[in-house]
Amino acid sequence: MNYLMRGIGVLATVGVVGLLAFSLPSGTAHGDGGGGNVLPRSLNKNWQQECASCHIAYAPAFLPKASWRRVMGGLDQHFGENASLDPATQADILRYLEANAADAGTSPTGRRVMQRMAANDAPLRITETRWFVRKHDEVPRATWSRKSVGAAANCAACHGQAAQGVFDEDTVRIPK
Amino acid sequence: MIKRALYSGLAMLGMASTAALAADSPASLMTRYAQEAGVPVSALSAPRGAALYRTEHAGRNGQTVSCAGCHTASPTQPGQTRVGKRIEPLAPAANPQRFTDAAKVEKWFRRNCQDVLQRECSAQEKGDFIAWLSQVK
Repeated sequence: MNYLMRGIGVLATVGVVGLLAFSLPSGTAHGDGGGGNVLPRSLNKNWQQECASCHIAYAPAFLPKASWRRVMGGLDQHFGENASLDPATQADILRYLEANAADAGTSPTGRRVMQRMAANDAPLRITETRWFVRKHDEVPRATWSRKSVGAAANCAACHGQAAQGVFDEDTVRIPK
Repeated sequence: MIKRALYSGLAMLGMASTAALAADSPASLMTRYAQEAGVPVSALSAPRGAALYRTEHAGRNGQTVSCAGCHTASPTQPGQTRVGKRIEPLAPAANPQRFTDAAKVEKWFRRNCQDVLQRECSAQEKGDFIAWLSQVK
């Protein structure tokens, strides 16, 4: 009897969890750790619109707060280009980045980024983090400079669903 | 039922107010920039706008920069940012959304004039630029 009840309990739990997993709309499912999505559960409109004008809107969990402060404090010289914003939009985006940064404690991806980060390190580029370098250590140097890739900043060249926050290995296709 | 009607009414109001905010057009922006420059709209020059678009300027580390560098030689074609993201065509003939939002137009003139010319563009230059793009077929 006792075992039967427990069995029913386990089955019910599995069922509910399963239903929850399937009821997430796949196209808009966010939530770091859930289904390998690196984006925060809620997306900020300014972050999406402004950051994605020239490149994909990089996930806040890819860099620590100190890095995002440096990036957002130097938008008039953003990797050689003027990406300046009005102060209100800039502040709104920085708040969002800080709240979801690698060291904000809200993201499994962020925790992995921080595990390999030296104390007080605040790189300006995601590609400079040890986490990124290690993740890509099997990609030959020549691949990065292919015309079809352009630059390491172009995540979507190989990660077709990068803009949606999906970087799973089985979604990777390196172009010729 | 009433609720639904109310909601769709509210949604339409929302769209109307968004549309009102972005009620700019190439013509209204040309008027605005001509006024700022203190010249009549007829003094805006499409050939000068085309020259501004195509002229190569000395950039960083010995490379030349121009509007056409990223937006391509033909503004009816999509361009590409330095990191490979698509830029929708600049010419309203190919992309009707262009020059319909003054704040957006100002933002990109501010950024891109700094990048290409190492200075802000004058109101006359902005007016010339739109005068040319709005007649590109």
